Amino acid sequence: MSDFVLDLGYLVSAVCFIFALKWLSDPMTARRGVKIGEIGMVLAIIATLLSHEIVQYQWILIALVLGSAAGIPLGLLVPMTAVPQRTALSHAFGALAVGLVGTAEFYLHEPDIGKVTMVALGFEVLLGYLTFTGSLVAFGKLQGIARDRPWIYKGQNAVNLSILAVGLASVGLLVADPGRSMLFPILIVVALGFGAMLVIRIGGADMPTVISLLNGYAGLSAAMMGFVLDNKLLIIAGALDGSSGLLLSIIMCRAMNRSFANVLFGGFGATETVARMEELPVRTTSPEETALLLDSARLVVVVPGFGAAAAQAQHKIRELSDMLMRRGVEVRFAIHPVAGRMPGHMNVLLAEANIPYDLLVDLDAINPELPQADVVLVVGANDVVNPAARHDQHSPIYGMPILDVDQARSVVVVKRSMRSGFAGIDNELFYLDKTQMLFGDAREVIGEVVDELSKLPGRAVAAAVSGI
Amino acid sequence: MTKEQLEVGLYIFVLASFLGFQVITRIPGLLHTPLMSLTNAISGISLVGSLILAGSGQGALASVFGAIAVFASMTNVVSGFLITDRMLKMFHRRDAQKQRARRPQERAP
Repeated sequence: MSDFVLDLGYLVSAVCFIFALKWLSDPMTARRGVKIGEIGMVLAIIATLLSHEIVQYQWILIALVLGSAAGIPLGLLVPMTAVPQRTALSHAFGALAVGLVGTAEFYLHEPDIGKVTMVALGFEVLLGYLTFTGSLVAFGKLQGIARDRPWIYKGQNAVNLSILAVGLASVGLLVADPGRSMLFPILIVVALGFGAMLVIRIGGADMPTVISLLNGYAGLSAAMMGFVLDNKLLIIAGALDGSSGLLLSIIMCRAMNRSFANVLFGGFGATETVARMEELPVRTTSPEETALLLDSARLVVVVPGFGAAAAQAQHKIRELSDMLMRRGVEVRFAIHPVAGRMPGHMNVLLAEANIPYDLLVDLDAINPELPQADVVLVVGANDVVNPAARHDQHSPIYGMPILDVDQARSVVVVKRSMRSGFAGIDNELFYLDKTQMLFGDAREVIGEVVDELSKLPGRAVAAAVSGI
Repeated sequence: MTKEQLEVGLYIFVLASFLGFQVITRIPGLLHTPLMSLTNAISGISLVGSLILAGSGQGALASVFGAIAVFASMTNVVSGFLITDRMLKMFHRRDAQKQRARRPQERAP
């Protein structure tokens, strides 16, 4: 195939990727987006395989088959709660490929590497390997293999920045003279180390931001590979992914009122936090009372957190909302942008439980409606409903946009115990007069509420009886 | 890479980034997880570079590193697309549910 035809093939493939993202803007067309993305990728693979640069096929075919064999279970069998760690692992795979290709390119061509190419190659290797180890650490933390709490020591920022400086200096020296090939292994080790060090210090609550950032790095490293190989498709696809990752990290930072620097160098959730209020009394309630309260409501807003999904309570929650809607109660789900462990994660978990997506309302749209809500049911969410974020300047989450559930007429919090949340902060919502605590395992407790609700007489009957 | 190639590359990179920002800003928070899986699958485009290296016939280093890279990026591509589709399959509207329930009755007579 001539280079011209090859380039045209790549162009069509790039257009496919752009349409894939465009169609993803609406759930109705989103699956079409995936299809065209797949077409774009297949086209890119075929065009590459037919190019004259490829003279040997045996290695490629084995690797393609093995890669598919590993990818199919990773795509089809992973539970939805584990999507964040799958994504992290997948980022690690892609970034490893970038790093390895960069490494081989260097050793195949040194010392005759132009300055421009060497700059791109240096950043390709740096970004590729740091994304590789960073994503592996993120995977470990999300999967529960590594410690979830940030690992922090004195002078860590200085150490990390010096590591990065060594990496950038080696790139600079290699650009000045690509013949200094002994610097290249140093660059690789530094990149691998920096990626791990960067993510090790980040706590569980910041995972949505980190995983978005790694998504962006994976894209940028692919774009750098495009510069090295002078391949426009890689540059375009890499730029699309890079901008997506950057945009999502900005959204995540904003949703937590944090800056990039603060996420990367701040070590959130590391400090032992503010005074506990555990001695204060809380009002407790029973599944039976909760059922009565919910049944008498006009509007019920459910605030699900990752705790609900971890307890596999989402199916019981769906049963509850179906039953309430059949009884004429309006039900909405309030979704905070950082609910779950990656951007938008909670929406997927609720969709999996067959909850229609038009009931899922995001933070900005639901907050004005919360004062009209008769009952807010908080299941496994904590920090995103903590009013301290609005007024307590000493709280670590001060300034973070929250769901104003304390504005609702009444609040029922389903919680295993009075333990503090992901970020280790006590929640004053639990001590309000309008709040009732329903202690127990989310799935069991919601199940009991559903049972109690089904025992109640139909709403019309109840209204007629009370009318007499 | 020559300076001219770099210039063209930078133009493409900057324009594609702007386009990416525009397109992705329109994606609602509802679909941010599928968005990340899809861009993850697309970033598996490093497969193209891996294929070129693995098939270049430039010796053992190129073949071994290239083959590992092809394996890794192919895993990324396949799992990324599959899981994105699996997630999107689950999203449905309230009225769609009702329509699905009604349809068989409409066809019956």
